[in-house]
Amino acid sequence: MKKIFFWSILVLLSLSVAAGVLFAGSGEKPPEEQFITIHWAQWAPADYLEKLSEGFTVETGIKVIVEQTPWETFVQKYNTEMIARSDAWDIIVGDSQDIGNMAVNGHYVELTDWIKKHKVDKTFTPASLTYFAEYPKGSGKYFAVPCEGDALAWAYRMDLFEDPDNKADFKAQFGYELGVPKSWDMLKDIAEFFHDPDNGFYGVAIYGDNGYDSLAMFAEQVIWSFGGELGDYSTYKVDGLLNSKGAIAGIEYYQELFQFTPPGFGDAFFVKCNDTYTAGIVPMTCNYLAFFPALANEATCPYARDTGYFACPPQKGTDGKVRQFAALGGQGASVITYSKKQDLAFKWLEWFIKPDTQMEWALLGGYTCHAETLASDEFLNATPYNPAFKKSMEIFKDWWACPEYDVLLRTFSETIADYVIGDKGTAEEALDKCTQQWESVFKEAGYY
Amino acid sequence: MSSRLKENQGSDMEAHYHSMSDKTLMRLFILPTLVLLISINVFPLFWSLFLSFTKYTAKMTNIWGKNPEMIGIANYARVLTDPEMWVKFITTAKYVIMSVAGEMILGFGFALLLQTKFKGRGFITTLLILPMTMSPVIVGLRWRLFYEPNWGMFNFLLGLGRIDWISDPSRNLYSIVIADVWMWTPFVMLLSLAGLSAVPKYLYEAAEIDRASWWFKFTRITLPMVYPILMLALIFRTIEAFKIFDLPMGITGRGAMAPPLLSMHLYNVSFVTWNTSFGSSIGYIMLIMVLAITLIFVKYLNKAKQ
Repeated sequence: MKKIFFWSILVLLSLSVAAGVLFAGSGEKPPEEQFITIHWAQWAPADYLEKLSEGFTVETGIKVIVEQTPWETFVQKYNTEMIARSDAWDIIVGDSQDIGNMAVNGHYVELTDWIKKHKVDKTFTPASLTYFAEYPKGSGKYFAVPCEGDALAWAYRMDLFEDPDNKADFKAQFGYELGVPKSWDMLKDIAEFFHDPDNGFYGVAIYGDNGYDSLAMFAEQVIWSFGGELGDYSTYKVDGLLNSKGAIAGIEYYQELFQFTPPGFGDAFFVKCNDTYTAGIVPMTCNYLAFFPALANEATCPYARDTGYFACPPQKGTDGKVRQFAALGGQGASVITYSKKQDLAFKWLEWFIKPDTQMEWALLGGYTCHAETLASDEFLNATPYNPAFKKSMEIFKDWWACPEYDVLLRTFSETIADYVIGDKGTAEEALDKCTQQWESVFKEAGYY
Repeated sequence: MSSRLKENQGSDMEAHYHSMSDKTLMRLFILPTLVLLISINVFPLFWSLFLSFTKYTAKMTNIWGKNPEMIGIANYARVLTDPEMWVKFITTAKYVIMSVAGEMILGFGFALLLQTKFKGRGFITTLLILPMTMSPVIVGLRWRLFYEPNWGMFNFLLGLGRIDWISDPSRNLYSIVIADVWMWTPFVMLLSLAGLSAVPKYLYEAAEIDRASWWFKFTRITLPMVYPILMLALIFRTIEAFKIFDLPMGITGRGAMAPPLLSMHLYNVSFVTWNTSFGSSIGYIMLIMVLAITLIFVKYLNKAKQ
């Protein structure tokens, strides 16, 4: 019985294999589909890019797959793939601060000649090229095409800001008119004015999470605005810059402003900031511009009609100088060294930098860095937050882009979070500690 | 080649395979699995041990002598002398003690309650087992929502106001302990139930005849009889709690305000800042600690068996 069973299984298996081979060989082979895969973070702009690329598919017949990874593990995932020299993707729309690591390790194809040939250096804003594409900064060597030019900006409740009672009370309390903040100091006054925890209303929604770069991005823009620096990007000098009076004032400001956030904001990133704003418990929130479509959409935000937007305000620093800065977000598109379809990837890039494509990209909700498109009325009037975006593009600045940026990010987040969120020590102590750590990182890396 | 020669060769091969012993066949069958295990388990183990004595980051290109660069026991010295690492050791120890103690007490308690026959016992047992059947990441994310200070159910049900259980460093270790106890108490309960059901009934009957008290029966019959299985539960839970990662990752994330647990630090060092060699040394120290703890427990387990 056992023998019969064994033989019948064997015969069945042989027949199946034979049939499979026979039919596979006899059928006509379908034409091979051409496609490229772009890797980006999981967010709305990646959806827009996929939609935008449908036009490329119609034009060329090349399909574009936009593979999305959640923000929390986005950078790690593509770093791991690149370490393994994977050809899973043809293009990465990678974080601006990671460009040094990717360029130094040869993961990105150098695009200097391509950029000059296609006049990207003439048609895209110079700042976007510097921060999204160039490494080392000032070298004229490019490794990306500016794709999503994002920055931190603000959304606010116009109905609350323009309410006559609020205006009168604010004037009585602070001695000047309530309105769109003209300085970071005024922004804090507004947060203090609206902060009413007993009635479940809070002054502001800002980042507190320090798992990746959220806390660091908010911190850097106040450091710059108050007159501090993260260091000298060309000499890697940190002492006297990161722990300068301006930087200390900026971090102290962050800690003071953080007191006006709702409870549990120590882990707040873009989702929590948007959720808190749409829940109607804060009058204003700071977030990346790429997340503002959700606030302007009546289906997702009940205050969409009453929401206004502004770029990060200027601030008089400790030295009396007025400065205005916004933390850069956004990413550049780079061709992967290990891609087996580099020719198709370059075809897509050529199509992507065309003025028409850039305008379509902007109208879909992507943040173009194409100078002509940015300046057009069509772009400025397309959404209520585009004017704030244009202003932010004039004032943005970025984090370190050297290969050690992740260690710098981690040590900065840990030391600054201890003070801003954990209320431990002073801003000066936190920045001194961070300065020491950064200098040892640079020393170990051989910069001095 | 003549056909006769070919025939001879064919029959030689046949003879060779026919003469293959069972042992050789067995080895041949095991070989693919063995190769796979060595390449994905054993090799990384020795490779990471080698890396722990070097200065190496997986993020940068390999240049022998530079990346990895031999630095002896410097990584281990750093792990053991850095005061911040000791904070992580102590926090992990606190976490292990609190969560395992909670699970052992509650798990054994529930098992004692469920030992008595009552209506709906099967249904209640099934309900109690449910948490441990879930994915730890999902459990972590659910508890994160539950702990949310502004609208989460945890504060609301306990009438606590807007207490931050997630990002407040003075509390979030306890929030992970609570979630861990909720999830893994059923595991201890199940093992204890198995142990309790194996206690011979005649021992209790004899004690009844002698009019022994409940406490006497519990300390002289129940506890000694289930002691080996409780030790087993203790070993499993201690090892698991020591290397806990998914729950804290779900509840607090890996940020600076998350509790300084060793496994989270290992992850941040190895995969966020890509200090592969230092991460390897932390991993090996954790391995040695887990092995030491397990050996102590196994010693007690063997004693209990005797």
